Amino acid sequence: MQVNLTINGRPVSVEAGSTILEAAEKLDIRIPTLCHFKMDCFNVEHRNGSCRICVVEVKGRPNLAPACSTPVTEGMEVKTNSLRAINARRTILDLLLSDHPKDCLTCAKNLNCQLQALAQEMGLHHVLFKGEQSTYPKDHSSKAIARDLDKCIMCRRCETACNVIQTVGVLSAVNRGFEAVVAPANLKPLAETECVFCGQCVQACPVGALTEMDYKYPVWRALNDNTKTVVVQTAPAVRVAIGEAFGLPPGSISTGKMVAALKLMGFDKVFDTDFAADLTIMEETTEIVERITRNENLPILTSCCPGWVKFLEHQFPELTYMPSSAKSPQQMFGAIAKSYYAQKIGVAPENMVVVSVMPCLSKKYEASREEFSNNGVPDVDIVISTRELADMIKEAGIMFDELEEAQYDSPLGDSTGAAVIFGVTGGVLEAALRTAADWISGSDLQKIDFTAVRGLDGIKEATVKVGDLELRAAVCSGLGNARKLLEKIKQGEVNYHAIEIMACPGGCINGGGQPYHHGNSDILRKRMEALYRADKDLPIRKSHQNPAIKQLYAEFLGEPGSHVAHTLLHTTYVKRGK
Amino acid sequence: MKISSPADLARAAEKENTRPRPPLRILVSMGTCGIAAGTAEVLKELYRQIKSRNLENAVEISEVGCMGLCYAEPVMMLLDEQNGKRFIYGNVNSSQVSAILDAGINGPAVGTTTIERNWYYPENETPADGELQARIVLRNTGRINPESLEQYIASGGYSALAKALTTMKSQEVIDLITAAGLRGRGGGGFPTGRKWQFAADQKNPEKFIICNADEGDPGAFMDRAVLEGDPHSVLEAMAIGGYAIGAHQGVIYIRAEYPLAVKRLENAIRQSRECGLLGKNIFGSGFDFDIEIKFGAGAFVCGEETALIHSIEGKRGEPTVKPPFPAVQGLWGKPTVVNNVETFACIAAIVRKGSDWFRSIGTAGSPGTKVFALAGKVAKVGLVEVPMGMTLRDIIFIIGNGIKNNRKFKAVQTGGPSGGCITAKNLDLPIDYESLKSIGSMMGSGGMIVMDEDDCMVNIAKFFLEFTLDESCGKCTPCRVGNRRMYEMLEKITSGTGTMETIEKLKILSHTIKDTALCGLGQTSPNPVLSTMANFEDEYIAHVTENRCPAGVCAKLIRYTISDRCVGCSLCSRGCPVNAISGERKQKHVIDPDKCIKCGVCFNVCKFHAVEKN
Amino acid sequence: MACNCQCNGNRAAIPPEWQEKFDILDQYIDSLELEKFPDRKRGCLIQILHRAQSLLGYLPEELQDHVAKKLAITRADVYGVISFYSYFTDKPIGRHKISVCTGTACFVKGAGKVLDEFRRRLNIREGETTPDGKFFLGALRCVGACSLAPVVMVDDKVYGNMTAEKVADVIKEYED
Ligand SMILES: Cc1cc2nc3c(=O)[nH]c(=O)nc-3n(C[C@H](O)[C@H](O)[C@H](O)COP(=O)(O)O)c2cc1C
Ligand code: SF4
Ligand code: SF4
Ligand code: SF4
Ligand code: SF4
Ligand code: SF4
Ligand code: SF4
Ligand code: SF4
Ligand code: SF4
Ligand code: FES
Ligand code: FES
Ligand code: FES
Repeated sequence: MQVNLTINGRPVSVEAGSTILEAAEKLDIRIPTLCHFKMDCFNVEHRNGSCRICVVEVKGRPNLAPACSTPVTEGMEVKTNSLRAINARRTILDLLLSDHPKDCLTCAKNLNCQLQALAQEMGLHHVLFKGEQSTYPKDHSSKAIARDLDKCIMCRRCETACNVIQTVGVLSAVNRGFEAVVAPANLKPLAETECVFCGQCVQACPVGALTEMDYKYPVWRALNDNTKTVVVQTAPAVRVAIGEAFGLPPGSISTGKMVAALKLMGFDKVFDTDFAADLTIMEETTEIVERITRNENLPILTSCCPGWVKFLEHQFPELTYMPSSAKSPQQMFGAIAKSYYAQKIGVAPENMVVVSVMPCLSKKYEASREEFSNNGVPDVDIVISTRELADMIKEAGIMFDELEEAQYDSPLGDSTGAAVIFGVTGGVLEAALRTAADWISGSDLQKIDFTAVRGLDGIKEATVKVGDLELRAAVCSGLGNARKLLEKIKQGEVNYHAIEIMACPGGCINGGGQPYHHGNSDILRKRMEALYRADKDLPIRKSHQNPAIKQLYAEFLGEPGSHVAHTLLHTTYVKRGK
Repeated sequence: MKISSPADLARAAEKENTRPRPPLRILVSMGTCGIAAGTAEVLKELYRQIKSRNLENAVEISEVGCMGLCYAEPVMMLLDEQNGKRFIYGNVNSSQVSAILDAGINGPAVGTTTIERNWYYPENETPADGELQARIVLRNTGRINPESLEQYIASGGYSALAKALTTMKSQEVIDLITAAGLRGRGGGGFPTGRKWQFAADQKNPEKFIICNADEGDPGAFMDRAVLEGDPHSVLEAMAIGGYAIGAHQGVIYIRAEYPLAVKRLENAIRQSRECGLLGKNIFGSGFDFDIEIKFGAGAFVCGEETALIHSIEGKRGEPTVKPPFPAVQGLWGKPTVVNNVETFACIAAIVRKGSDWFRSIGTAGSPGTKVFALAGKVAKVGLVEVPMGMTLRDIIFIIGNGIKNNRKFKAVQTGGPSGGCITAKNLDLPIDYESLKSIGSMMGSGGMIVMDEDDCMVNIAKFFLEFTLDESCGKCTPCRVGNRRMYEMLEKITSGTGTMETIEKLKILSHTIKDTALCGLGQTSPNPVLSTMANFEDEYIAHVTENRCPAGVCAKLIRYTISDRCVGCSLCSRGCPVNAISGERKQKHVIDPDKCIKCGVCFNVCKFHAVEKN
Repeated sequence: MACNCQCNGNRAAIPPEWQEKFDILDQYIDSLELEKFPDRKRGCLIQILHRAQSLLGYLPEELQDHVAKKLAITRADVYGVISFYSYFTDKPIGRHKISVCTGTACFVKGAGKVLDEFRRRLNIREGETTPDGKFFLGALRCVGACSLAPVVMVDDKVYGNMTAEKVADVIKEYED
């Protein structure tokens, strides 16, 4: 049913149940919002109605109405630009700023902050109301996420991200009134909670209250240390998002420019996590085929996402036997770089620094897990996010958009189309299917696009004929969806052979370390499409056909699942519990 | 006793009414404040004497709820129903019990304070000629033993439920309440019939009816008095409401600060369940209904209905944006009606006596009565029930007997932290929902705090804001941050560092908060500021321009000095907690202003009025 | 393999001296028949916390974890609720709880002075416990005994018509 109303005198007709905000969007009338957060592509809406920055005048209503959470009614007359509404919005912003540090110059969110943007947009050049500001200790306890609640505006978007979307549930509003703040139970630092460091709360936070732990400076230090050989790996999803930080349209594939920039910054070798993704497929697919053939421990779950792995360890400790024992690509890369490659170039592992550029904040934590070091030397030394890399490129004075494209170094920079799609939900499974299908059928199959597992849906299912086998697979992204699926598995309601799980809704394209999308679903869709384009454009699109991988097995590892492979490329899981 | 038909109910009433009983009944008010004032000791003495004098068959004692005479607690009423005689004693202590028993129904006993039987203790549901009060809500409170279901039934209890269930359709019940024009007594004044209709119109097999017994408004104790004094009336009304809207489960949300009310409610629910007045197939009508109690835990905002529902669901008591209204999506997502205790307490009477009767009391727009908790500087603090439309003057100066200690009336605050101050110029306004709103206050739940010339209105405004600050849930910006800023500005004004600009800013902010806050708490929180500013602007200005608190309350703005009237008795210096006063005996004393913490002890103790405050 | 994320993994153990009280609490929780409405279990949270606080005097972390588990909600949920309601405390408080009513009726009748006097005599502020653990000083908003304003409650006993002068006597009643 349609409802007719007018906004600023202009008629508009919208679906019943729509909000004033949605009706205004239809007329291209902008109403500022702050606490409201919507991701169409995941069917997620955080409609808290609490910041009150979106208030508008509605004829006949005694007070102003929050546009984001007021449903339209027939004949409604809305004014968004009356003096009363504008003054109220300015006062609200003024109040928010009166309890805010206003440290923009030194804030990690500078120029990416929705509060700052509003102050600019609304032309607020003077804060009228002054008074006490809230102060909380900063939380730098974890390797991944920094919390500075002095900057929190209580929009509660992070709560929805953590509790509703991810169902990790470590955050809650605590205390009340002016003392209210969002925090884990008993105000514990994040590192002492079940947080999986997916960073979805960071993506949701409109201000600088939640950001990444910043490791740019350690990278600069390493780059300027002559005794170190510094190699860098870049994850698949970074290349389709980093351009946004330089004003390129979403969905730009910036692989070549990014490699060029990294070379200019002084990395000794610029490699690709995609190489390790191919390697992961070799190991993981071997395990899949093995477990299916023996019909043992099924389904097999993917293990390349550290957020998901930690979630499983906390929430389903009884299922820790299920994931593949293969390490994630980031960690496989580190392990190979500091063994095979270090030997090859004659550098002692302790003199090699492996830097990762990841779309992910959980990878910062993953690299610090004890399992992932060898005689005290970590496989991966420093993890920076896509955003941090973009900042470093700017800091280095590199004009990103004008760079000549460059090529990754060999051999750890050689990869296939199967690897690049790791960056989006469904990609890992599709890559595995490409290899599994060839292996089981013993041929080089031409039909390699498994479109059933593509797209941003939270849970996707596919039955794929691989040789004689009807392989039942599922793909899941977002931990809330993962929880649903795991409960079903526990109840024996579903029966799959293999399942891919990614912590972030949509996969790494939506990682916690990616340029901020502020809830814009289009940006995610474009990043996804870019990855599939990159796959299509590559000459080799199956992991097992990567010559560098073949060479690695021939020279060093023997065969997938060998003893050497197991020592270097596989891991175990911890039953952590809640 | 099992009651499964209207006939059973009539028999039970008959049985209680015709039970042989002693000629003399003594009612002792055992509400929370009565007990705090020492009623329990008096009662013990009473029982002791009756036993030792072998009067068990001559006197029956009823422990009842609040009689409305709070200022005179402990209160004791002697009653000879056969001969229509009564006698009321106030401020009773144990040593008077013996004399009271000696004097009997013909009193008064020597050495006691008696309370005239006048309009203060009406007995009619309809106001009688010459009486200011009427008793609909409080019809049983203070009169029957709240722990006795028999007494409730004997006074007509549960006959409304029987009538509704066995002779009326659900829709007829709603129509009756709508026709009566009953409006919510919880503060908003929303028509109860309309609210029930919304919920009844929802096609959901599961619905809830909730009694809001959170009564967080400080200085208000009407709901407590009803729950402690007549719990069954609420249960009966909830069942009627449940029948009307199609709910089979009722929930009473009660604040944890009311343990006695909880105890009496639990007792009443148990009794009703035992008799089948709650549970399955009530009065053989096929209608099932039960009630459970849920507790608050110290959060005023949980009186707001969406916050209340979240609290029942075990969550933080944060309000949510309406719509959706609870009547559509309430407790556990089901259609839910939330009504106030006093609203419920009117229902059975309306069902019994009809809508025309109810409409004949009060005003056209606000039929019925309203219970007020009259407190503060009024001479007779008490619980009063008056027809809507009475003037504040009648309530404060006749019923309340004027201002205590012959001070001058300054203002009365209605509506608690959401309301405003009403000054002498509006004392003759007939009060109902609309008239109070029109002068910047509100009915609120019924707290009525009287203030005299010794109260600083800026300080009062600051007090209410401090309350809001403590009780804000912190969800929305205007209330969380805005009220903090308001408070800080008032703090500046009361400590002499404010300017005219502060007052201006206060006004701007007040209007924005009213206009933008998410729930009723924030939307009304600036009312005390706005109304005191409107009525006592001169006091605000004196604070900021002259650094003077005209009422002599704001500590930072007062100075105590000793004048030449001092005779050097040194009473003050002995009383001063910080030894700020020095002086030889028989010499004039002086106060060291740096040491003085402005506690006012010296001012109060000096018999020679030598300590001056300015 | 050791867990190095610093999360304290499994929940803190219940100290043996509390075991008995936890058992009583569990009996109470069982009596609530939570499984009748499995998705409405949370509705019993507040009453369980009331019961727990009356048993232990406060709501320590171990208890919060225990209750969270019983109701299948997160610890953050439980803590969010405890920190919202002024009745609940997660810190132990003094043996005698003094609550000065600062409701409107009491305020206009001078509750401020009474509170000041308690602060001064006990040398603590609201929300604090004396160093000897004897008294906790708090403020509350109306106990409904406004006719006796200003009102002070010590534990369960109500003192009406209080004045600053009477404060010392009230404190003395509880000095042992
Ligand atoms: C901050 C706030 C506190 C409230 N406190 C109470 C209360 O203590 N008791 C009450 O009955 N209604 C209270 N209300 C009003 C309720 O939200 C609700 O309107 C009322 O219970 C409905 O019942 P009624 O229609 O019978 O009045 C409060 C409202 C607000 C905004
Ligand atoms: S959070 Fe935003 S507004 Fe606040 S200091 Fe950082 S950039 Fe500035
Ligand atoms: S924007 Fe203004 S405050 Fe910020 S750096 Fe520039 S001049 Fe300074
Ligand atoms: S990083 Fe993920 S798990 Fe951790 S608090 Fe944020 S949303 Fe929750
Ligand atoms: S931390 Fe960020 S997302 Fe969370 S409530 Fe605060 S401002 Fe909002
Ligand atoms: S989905 Fe990708 S970005 Fe998100 S936590 Fe997992 S690995 Fe990191
Ligand atoms: S107005 Fe105050 S109490 Fe109401 S929702 Fe906003 S912050 Fe909470
Ligand atoms: S006001 Fe109090 S502190 Fe000041 S001098 Fe008088 S008694 Fe002493
Ligand atoms: S009590 Fe009065 S008369 Fe006595 S010393 Fe003090 S000021 Fe002087
Ligand atoms: S955006 Fe609408 S209230 Fe925050
Ligand atoms: S006597 Fe206690 S409320 Fe009136
Ligand atoms: S205001 Fe103190 S008891 Fe009511």
